[in-house]
Amino acid sequence: MRVNVVVNGEKRQADNVWEGESLLYVLRERLGLAGSKNACEQGECGSCTVYLDGVPVCSCLVAAGQAEGREVRTVEGLADGDKLDPIQESFVECGAVQCGFCTPGLLVTAHDLVARTTDPSDAEIREALAGNLCRCTGYEKILDAVRLAAARKENA
Amino acid sequence: MTRSAPARSPQDLAETVSGGIGASPLRPDGTLKVRGEFAYSSDLWHEDMLWGATLRSPHPHARIVRLDVSRALAQPGVHAVLTHEDVPGENIYGLKYQDTPALAEDRVRFQGEPVAILAADHPEIARQALKEIEVEYEVLEPITDPERAAHDSTLPKLHPDGNLVRYQRILKGDPDAAAEVVVSGVYEIGMQDQAFLGPESGLAVPDDDGGVDLYLATQWLHVDQRQTAKALGLPPEKVRLTLSGVGGAFGGREDLSMQIHSCLLALRTGRPVKMVYNREESFFGHVHRHPAKMYYEHGATKDGDLVYVRARMYFDGGAYASKTPVVVGNGTTLSVGPYNVPNAKIEGWGVYSNNPTCGAMRGLGAVQPTYAYESQMDKLAAALGMDPADLRIRNAMSEGSTNVTGQVVDFPAPVGELVQRLKDMPLPPERTGAVDIRDLPGGASNVTHGEGVVRGIGYGVTIKNISYAEGLDDYSTARVRLQVIGGEPVAMVHTAAAEVGQGLVTLQQQIARTELGVPRVTVHPADTSVGDAGSSSASRQTYITGGAVRNACRAVADAVYALAERRLARSAAGMSLAGGKVVAADGEVLTGLAELLGEEIVEETREYHHRKTYPLDPETGQGDAHVQYGFSAHRAVVDVDVELGLVKVVQLDCAQDVGKALNPDAVLGQIQGGSAQGLGLAVMEEIQVVDGKVRNPSFTDYLIPTVLDMPPMRIDVLERPDPHSPYGVRGVGEPPTISATPAIANAIRAATGLELPRVPIRPEHITGT
Repeated sequence: MRVNVVVNGEKRQADNVWEGESLLYVLRERLGLAGSKNACEQGECGSCTVYLDGVPVCSCLVAAGQAEGREVRTVEGLADGDKLDPIQESFVECGAVQCGFCTPGLLVTAHDLVARTTDPSDAEIREALAGNLCRCTGYEKILDAVRLAAARKENA
Repeated sequence: MTRSAPARSPQDLAETVSGGIGASPLRPDGTLKVRGEFAYSSDLWHEDMLWGATLRSPHPHARIVRLDVSRALAQPGVHAVLTHEDVPGENIYGLKYQDTPALAEDRVRFQGEPVAILAADHPEIARQALKEIEVEYEVLEPITDPERAAHDSTLPKLHPDGNLVRYQRILKGDPDAAAEVVVSGVYEIGMQDQAFLGPESGLAVPDDDGGVDLYLATQWLHVDQRQTAKALGLPPEKVRLTLSGVGGAFGGREDLSMQIHSCLLALRTGRPVKMVYNREESFFGHVHRHPAKMYYEHGATKDGDLVYVRARMYFDGGAYASKTPVVVGNGTTLSVGPYNVPNAKIEGWGVYSNNPTCGAMRGLGAVQPTYAYESQMDKLAAALGMDPADLRIRNAMSEGSTNVTGQVVDFPAPVGELVQRLKDMPLPPERTGAVDIRDLPGGASNVTHGEGVVRGIGYGVTIKNISYAEGLDDYSTARVRLQVIGGEPVAMVHTAAAEVGQGLVTLQQQIARTELGVPRVTVHPADTSVGDAGSSSASRQTYITGGAVRNACRAVADAVYALAERRLARSAAGMSLAGGKVVAADGEVLTGLAELLGEEIVEETREYHHRKTYPLDPETGQGDAHVQYGFSAHRAVVDVDVELGLVKVVQLDCAQDVGKALNPDAVLGQIQGGSAQGLGLAVMEEIQVVDGKVRNPSFTDYLIPTVLDMPPMRIDVLERPDPHSPYGVRGVGEPPTISATPAIANAIRAATGLELPRVPIRPEHITGT
């Protein structure tokens, strides 16, 4: 089948999509957007999190056909050209990136949190990020990064 | 399949940041990673590539009676189906012992063992075609009890020499010494998994010269190259490996996974072949941490001085040897912990079984005994009526101590101070007033008001050997080039050392900036076109590859001084490099590097070898086996709901000596991440194996800590330089993983008064149901 999606503001089309393919597979292997990661493909780790019509979802759990005609925003669509989004900047600055495999999914989740919440409490941050596994950092610096991005947004 | 984006390949890390050693500059790969543009091994793509897939044994132990691939090969879209008969070289490999078939021949020894491989146009075609491969098995009784495997010679032999991989004994002082106070226990530790997030994956591209280029995620390019080339029947120089982005490793990428398979398929089809394991296959496709059963007895004076330790420990290596010999070596030599023990009798067995193969994982061989001896230390403290922290401080080893193998510790060993510092840290406030349900054990899933919640405090202290031991000549190679680019002096560092997330790329830049006094440093992608760097394991890369980069930089600097001597007619004595300039001994700026070098390129390649170590005496286990030790200690505060069996770690504090923190932020990152893995082993992480079969190969059922499970940490980093290591560094990566587990287990015991002789501690262990 043919799937049409608006990805990061751009109309994209994928042909010969097998009906069992996930949105994650289409993004990674057909549209060349490998930023969203394939860590568990079961919706458990959050590494493939993307915005679908503005709502963060695990793209591995979305059938490609379900995305037909909808808007997808991936980690590649967070930066404004060369200018990183504040959440990306704070992840780099705080050392929240080690191997970085979980980073794209965490960034989308954290981006959503910071966009809809001003001054999130620690409990709110932890709850929001609970669906994103990280095996390297122990999460402490990720929490620092989210706090920093939230503070910067509040002061902006 | 069409794709509009260009092929991805590993990038040069040209992003330059400032900061020499002792600073915490930003990672040069950070921006790529947050933009989603960093090419991990599963992101690689090549025009015209095929997808590889692996058929694995469903049985832990079976004879292969018949294997027919013709139906699979006839499927549309399938380009090759290969078995052991298609392996052109030697169908056997292994890190320490050559005992692992690339593809099973007449027998499978674990569930998930690779039997056949194929390549197809689409991953789903590949998966479907696997079902068309016909294998007839004669199912055999699996060997699953490691203790029995060590002693029962009537069991079937899984390998020609039997089922014992290694036995090691250590005798110190009077092995039969008696003591006034004696405590004993039997401890078990479950099978932990590295659970790195980036799946095993890579892209093999055949070359016109009959060789192959493999882009992959690994921990040690050269050892993969040697093993793969041997199976392919090619000289090593025709099997070229390049590191792609690595999504975590933790020991799980030390053994081969898809390396030989992808190259075999690429060479057979003449097309690039990509292999990516899914999560379930990843659990079958890599080795795990050795589960262990350990019998311990500690004897002490009634004042609390350790008199003896006697221990017997069994490590289950599973189907193939992998790192089992090293686990036995580390396990026995580190068996009494960072304590002064005058008398000891230690025995360790590493065995083959039909359980999943076990090999390297962070804290290799030290995790198991640390859990046991730290449990014993608490038991002993209780028997003596002593404070557990004070008992540890009283017996702590220090510089000049003699360890259990008779080796004198000739470098700082501030073990007692680590414990004292933890003891002096403030405790979290007691819970008072209204209960926020999210703060209770189990969080929102706790259905009580906290009536059954009790609090406990526990300590865990560890000693871990750094780098390779027992006589291995462990080394790394670095090539450093200095040249003028765009009017500026630029240093380029090239090693084969694997960046697996730990931050080695940052550190290589820091060292070069410090040694060469130039702000601009780039890191060349790691590949096999430069000499061996050894493995990114054993907490050794900062030490060993850091040492190699330092040595190469100093050779480059010497060449620059020689050049300056010739050009400027000045003695090179006392010259140094700073701020892109050559400076004389008296501080006079002699010349800019850019002017001095002009078109000239200075390039030097150097190795770093650590101090010589020696094998253990086979009878007594005595010997100078280790280069250096890392020490860390944790204090855990836990809340336990004794009715629901739920545990919440409220706070987890760590004190660690790192010798010299070359990058303080990266050190904290290692301690925090390592502590999380130790927490996982204490309360949730286990591959559950029943009759040799894995019950939980998914992230749904194999639980790793989330952000809700990790408590706040206070971290106290000591810097007591090791006079024998580059810059005084001490390996950092492993110790925090090791000491976190017993600290949490001890805290749960302190809260509940239960014996809890096994980790992970599950709810039913607490509720007794």
